[in-house]
Amino acid sequence: MEWETVIGLEIHAQLATRSKIFSGSATAYGAAPNTQANLVDLGYPGVLPVLNGEAVKMAIRFGLATGSKIARRSVFARKNYFYPDLPKGYQISQYERPVVEDGSLEIVLEDGTRKTIGITRAHLEEDAGKSLHEDFHGLSGIDLNRAGTPLLEIVSEPDLRSAKEAVAYMKKIHTLVRYLGICDGNMQEGSFRCDANVSVRPAGQAEFGTRAEIKNLNSFRFVERAINYEVDRQIDLIESGGRVVQETRLYDPDKGETRSMRSKEEANDYRYFPDPDLLPLAIGDDLVESVRATLPELPDEKAARLVRDFGLSDYDAGVLTASREMADYYETVVARLGGNAKLAANWVMGELSGALNKENLDVAASRVGADALAGLLVRIVDNTISGKIAKEVFEAMWSEGAAADAIIESKGLKQITDTSAIEGAIDEVMAKNPQQLADYRAGKDKLFGFFVGQVMKATQGKANPAQLNELLKRKLGG
Amino acid sequence: MSLHALTVAELAAGLKARRFSSLELTLHFLGRIERLGPELNAFVTVTADRALDDARRADDQLAKGEGGPLAGVPIAHKDIFCTDGILTTCSSKMLANFVAPYDATVVERWRAAGTVLLGKTNMDEFAMGSSNETSFYGPVRNPWDLKRVPGGSSGGSAAAVAACLAPAASGTDTGGSIRQPAALTNLTGLKPTYGRVSRYGMIAFASSLDQGGMLARSAEDAALLLKAMAGFDPRDSTSVDAPVPDYVAELAAPLKGLRVGIIREFFGAGLDPAVGKRVQDAIETLRASGASIVEVSLPALPLSVPTYYVVAPAECSSNLSRFDGVRFGHRCESPRDLLDLYKRSRGEGFGDEVKRRIMTGTYVLSAGYYDAYYLKAQKVRQLIAADFARAFGEVDVVIGPTAPTAAFELGAKTSDPITMYLNDIYTIGANLAGLPAISIPCGFVQEGGRDLPVGLQLVGPHFAESRLLAVSHQYQQLTDWHKRVPPGYE
Repeated sequence: MEWETVIGLEIHAQLATRSKIFSGSATAYGAAPNTQANLVDLGYPGVLPVLNGEAVKMAIRFGLATGSKIARRSVFARKNYFYPDLPKGYQISQYERPVVEDGSLEIVLEDGTRKTIGITRAHLEEDAGKSLHEDFHGLSGIDLNRAGTPLLEIVSEPDLRSAKEAVAYMKKIHTLVRYLGICDGNMQEGSFRCDANVSVRPAGQAEFGTRAEIKNLNSFRFVERAINYEVDRQIDLIESGGRVVQETRLYDPDKGETRSMRSKEEANDYRYFPDPDLLPLAIGDDLVESVRATLPELPDEKAARLVRDFGLSDYDAGVLTASREMADYYETVVARLGGNAKLAANWVMGELSGALNKENLDVAASRVGADALAGLLVRIVDNTISGKIAKEVFEAMWSEGAAADAIIESKGLKQITDTSAIEGAIDEVMAKNPQQLADYRAGKDKLFGFFVGQVMKATQGKANPAQLNELLKRKLGG
Repeated sequence: MSLHALTVAELAAGLKARRFSSLELTLHFLGRIERLGPELNAFVTVTADRALDDARRADDQLAKGEGGPLAGVPIAHKDIFCTDGILTTCSSKMLANFVAPYDATVVERWRAAGTVLLGKTNMDEFAMGSSNETSFYGPVRNPWDLKRVPGGSSGGSAAAVAACLAPAASGTDTGGSIRQPAALTNLTGLKPTYGRVSRYGMIAFASSLDQGGMLARSAEDAALLLKAMAGFDPRDSTSVDAPVPDYVAELAAPLKGLRVGIIREFFGAGLDPAVGKRVQDAIETLRASGASIVEVSLPALPLSVPTYYVVAPAECSSNLSRFDGVRFGHRCESPRDLLDLYKRSRGEGFGDEVKRRIMTGTYVLSAGYYDAYYLKAQKVRQLIAADFARAFGEVDVVIGPTAPTAAFELGAKTSDPITMYLNDIYTIGANLAGLPAISIPCGFVQEGGRDLPVGLQLVGPHFAESRLLAVSHQYQQLTDWHKRVPPGYE
């Protein structure tokens, strides 16, 4: 039977506020356990939450960037359950009335087609702390530094039809939140993670199949693998006469499989109700407009501009705008170069990206900055060096950290454009290879490449290729 | 006249005039607490050292002509307010070992005004009760008759002030916990408008209803104490950012022309006729002074008890989740695992009434019951608020009894929670609507050969504390019920 996969993602983006969502504690990652937890975070008797306005602005930024409605009135609720890393015995979250609703964004599939994915809602909530089960001799340690960190939970419509689509969507959100400056996107530190709701149904069937929710996926690779595993599991189960049960599952990256965590029957009754310690969140038009005024150029707009103004392909524009840092880098190179956008694009996506990938570096940490790369490319444009020599120079720049001109100078890589010098080299090569010359003149055209190679060798690759071609053709012709 | 019979206003004036020192005063009250306190069981903790330090500091300031408006005046705090470095128990075994690491805003503000902390008063456990019998530290006794309850949950504050062990004390009122004990012990007890007084550091029972206030011996004292307590607090999102009037200056507003609405629903079955008579007499006094009296009907008000007993337990079930034995408070001996830790710590730490409310609240918030109970109760709550709003379109204050009976005997209602809950039938409405309300002494009834005080309740529109205090003050200029002190405590 033909099966269709249906996926919806719930992405948790940790908001990049300096302090927590309901207390003044710092949110910086990696501090010693419980050093960033004050009485509010510890849920002490008598303390009260006070909403951090920066978190609200960040939620509005996200809402505006995804064409969502910004609720003029939203409500914080309590999600009640007992766990040691949840100090109050409830998590403050938005339930029935989220701050952001009804948005969408477009993803580009591998074959280049575009697809719009609905965003049901995005709501503000506080994170829980961490339970540490190792190194405590059979006991558990509790670190509440993360407790109260602001999260934006972004819930998609069940519009995704494959693991690849899910990853494309997640990457798009990842790009967007970093463009907006509302999340650092650091997946290792858990700043950006997702739960995937996965179900399958016979192709053509209108109603959804029973879904399983896979919790806490913190890399794009895990999302793809977990979904693919889960889809196969559900199809196998149904085809062998079984039934999918609604449950929460965990992905085990070591085994590459998902396994049941708890079933619907075992699920908590969270007893949500509006938090009486917090007034409903009222957002006025003036706040929305003041946030709108600070929105940066968004990735889709930027990509469209690169296509329009620089004549780049959709694909190249997409790659170059995948992160704000990459786009900034590229645009700086083009600006310094005063045009030659295509040349810049080839270099940023080629040599630069290759070098970054090899060392697993972000573009922000590149050993060759945008100004330095522009300094190299300008020497291609003004014919000081050839593209081939430029790659050699780039490697030297990467490893030595020197400027392009200094390397060209010290290594004597400057291109030879003096006609008489090139002619001299050609004459020498012709004199050393009488047989090949005779064969060429007898009609063996293929030997032209041999002469180019010999002259390049004689000039250590520095002869201007266009001039060499022209002069060689003339000389060989007799 | 002996020092302990003076009002806060008189004490503050006497201290400023250097007629007596704060140290002298404080030692006098500490002596009374030591001598008379045990039979009343009004205090959980007496902070003698802290009181003497506070008093010396106040005296230094007073000597230099400095100090806040209440400089050197001793007070007590209900043990629900967190006090930095001092045991704060909520009269629960759960917090019997809890030394608060910070001061509640109310504590901070009264301290800034110059008060001297005598101690922390007994109360119903986590403020859940109407008789002060649910306290882990045992019941408080009513100084008007030691066989009887002082009311609750601020029973310790009420008994302490009524017996002149403290000139005034803080209280909290979620469903009547200031006004009902004030009525049962012959005090002036004010529950301000929800949001008028910060809840920061006041251990939560039902967050949307809890409001801090005070028990005092006159409306003038209540005005002074409210001024020192009220106002916006950025640490409490539900506190209201509105200016605090000079309540004392506004006490002079005359009764003439005041429009008073008698709440028809408060005079039906269930009201002790003798109590009703005292309330009617008080209304006649107001009429004779030029107030116009009309009857108003608040038809949804009889639903306030069932509404309250959905909303308050719902919120408490969540508010009390933090008492889990993990970070503070009672933890059971050698837990086997996490579930055992939770079950035994909470099972051992909470008393029966608290458990009853946690269970009720958990039930009404559960999936499948939420709409029928919690949501419905919220709708009724709006109807009750709308009834009051309509009444305030016609009258300036509404009036009625504070409690259906005078103080009852210990143990009389402990076996039947519903009977106990009905004791708050007249007070709960103001909490559900977030309105300010005051109880003032309006006479006595005789029971078992004892005079037992009766309270008159006035409810006003939001932020009409000035009006309630002024009406009360004017009434107290015409009567001297509030000046009577229980026999044996003069």
